[in-house]
Amino acid sequence: MDLFFVISLEVLYGIASLVLISVGLAIVFGMMKVINLAHGEFMMIGGYAAITAVNLGINIFVAMLIVAPLVVGVIGLVVERLVIRHLYGRLVDTMLATWGLSLLFIGLATMIFGNTTTGISTPIAGFTVGNYQVNGYNLFVILIAVCVIAGLFIVLKTTRLGLIARGTMQRSDMAAALGHSPDRVYMATFFCGSALSGLAGAVFAPLVGLVPTSGGSYIAEAFITVIVGGPALIAGLLSSAGLLGLISQFFTFAISPVIGEMALLVAAVILLRILPQGVTSRFFKGRL
Amino acid sequence: MQSAWTREAFVTILVAALLMWLLPYAVSTYTLTILIIYGMLAFSLGLIWGFGGILCFGQAAFFGLGAYTYAVAAINIGESTLPMLLAVAVPTLFALLLGAMMFYGRLSDVYLGVITLVVTLIFFTFMNATAGSQYAIGSARLGGFNGIPGFPILNVPGQPDLLIYGDALFYVCAVCLLVVYLLVSHLLRSGFGRIAVAIRENETRVSLLGYDVRARKTLLFAIGAAIAGLAGALFANWAEIVTPSLFSLVQSAEIIIWCIVGGLGTRIGPILGAAGLAYLKFLLGQQSMIDNTVIMGLVLVLFVLFLPKGLVPAVLSLWQAGQGRRRRARGLRPFGSQRGRERPVG
Repeated sequence: MDLFFVISLEVLYGIASLVLISVGLAIVFGMMKVINLAHGEFMMIGGYAAITAVNLGINIFVAMLIVAPLVVGVIGLVVERLVIRHLYGRLVDTMLATWGLSLLFIGLATMIFGNTTTGISTPIAGFTVGNYQVNGYNLFVILIAVCVIAGLFIVLKTTRLGLIARGTMQRSDMAAALGHSPDRVYMATFFCGSALSGLAGAVFAPLVGLVPTSGGSYIAEAFITVIVGGPALIAGLLSSAGLLGLISQFFTFAISPVIGEMALLVAAVILLRILPQGVTSRFFKGRL
Repeated sequence: MQSAWTREAFVTILVAALLMWLLPYAVSTYTLTILIIYGMLAFSLGLIWGFGGILCFGQAAFFGLGAYTYAVAAINIGESTLPMLLAVAVPTLFALLLGAMMFYGRLSDVYLGVITLVVTLIFFTFMNATAGSQYAIGSARLGGFNGIPGFPILNVPGQPDLLIYGDALFYVCAVCLLVVYLLVSHLLRSGFGRIAVAIRENETRVSLLGYDVRARKTLLFAIGAAIAGLAGALFANWAEIVTPSLFSLVQSAEIIIWCIVGGLGTRIGPILGAAGLAYLKFLLGQQSMIDNTVIMGLVLVLFVLFLPKGLVPAVLSLWQAGQGRRRRARGLRPFGSQRGRERPVG
């Protein structure tokens, strides 16, 4: 019974971390059809922002939940204005340009912080369940993921801003005719997407040793989760993160973490072969 | 038509011979060798992306596969002729399988990119995790993060004692690139090459004309992989070690940057882009003021924003515009209309 509880917690944690890693990318891709390959570096910057803020004496939760998203959101805003704005509708070109940005950020981070590992300790202590030690921070990650998804759902579904955003997502010309500038909506969306990437990066910063190239390990998983999810934003994210998280955690427990990681990748290839437009192109069609 | 091809081949060989003779005076052959290998790698992506419209984010997978195949086979066989052939054959076969899976599933652009990227990552993750002695093929241990060092290098076919290295390896690589370039040039002039370009332009129309688009794309993808595999095997000989970083995302990104900067849809563009940027990186590596990646990233962003077609097409179109003006001034036919006289497709 204890083992069952611990394993289900681990599986939940696997899914929650996939959700957190990919939510920023999913918003930008789902709303604007832009694939931001610098997403991993946004997370890396979020991590560095949180660590720097903590070293300056700011409370760790404030640093993670407020400082990091703001910093990365502003960086995202600048990137959108300078680069991405000119490339809307050119999917491949945005991918290439943001890939260039990702290299640029890696280089800048190396110059500023040096090519060494930095980190902070986790602010939440572990606890025991029966004979097993459970990392308390995992619960925090799950909580944050749930909050982000719930918040996103409420904003998109019930507020006027969410309505405008969804309208622009479906028919930008109609939204423009009704007096809402798509340019502004895209800008705001990109800000939110980047801020969430920053949040995710900051939340994971205590768990991993942060190096300037940390982004690379996130981007592949985020990218895969979003593409496998398909057109629906929240339903796609939840279904693909659920599926892939379950598969990878299963193989992690059954064999080894490396096999788990590979199982995730293989599952993604197979899923894309069967459902090339993503899971939500067939199931949950037309949902949010 | 026939004479035009002969003339072009003749000029290519002449220029290549001249470069092979002159370049070693300017740059050391050790550096030149790697520039040529990278040129060949970029050429392989330039072929399938620029002429076939297949955006492969994982060309590094075939490069690494070629290098690893050579290393493993060379350790087991102890001689280099068969391993070289295997290093081309294994990536080709793998690309045939992968391509068939993707193209017969009718996947297109982004999804193609994702799958090739994921496959590269699978290799990267797997190779990094093969540290133990249980991961061995024959007598070759895969070695995990540290890779495989100390395998036999290239020798003259049939004579295992006559090793090819240093200056000789440079000439071997240069001749390989020349042969590959001529073969691909010939391929692009053939019906297969023309239909590949037609598929890039309008896939639906070509398939409605009765061509099997899926088989043709798979084949072109495999040809690209064969070239990348050859480049990988040559790289293994140059570096004398193969490591999982051959499969890394940075490697994949660089190949794409080379193609974008050099110019897609041209044969020489990717080669020049690769050689130029790799040399730039080599020069930048000698200073420590600015990090290398910053420059690479900036180059990619600026090119996508301001010169998305790449250097070679931009220079060509400038030159053609000038040429056209001069011809028109003399009352001659504009440059472009000569193309209409060539043999019809098929």
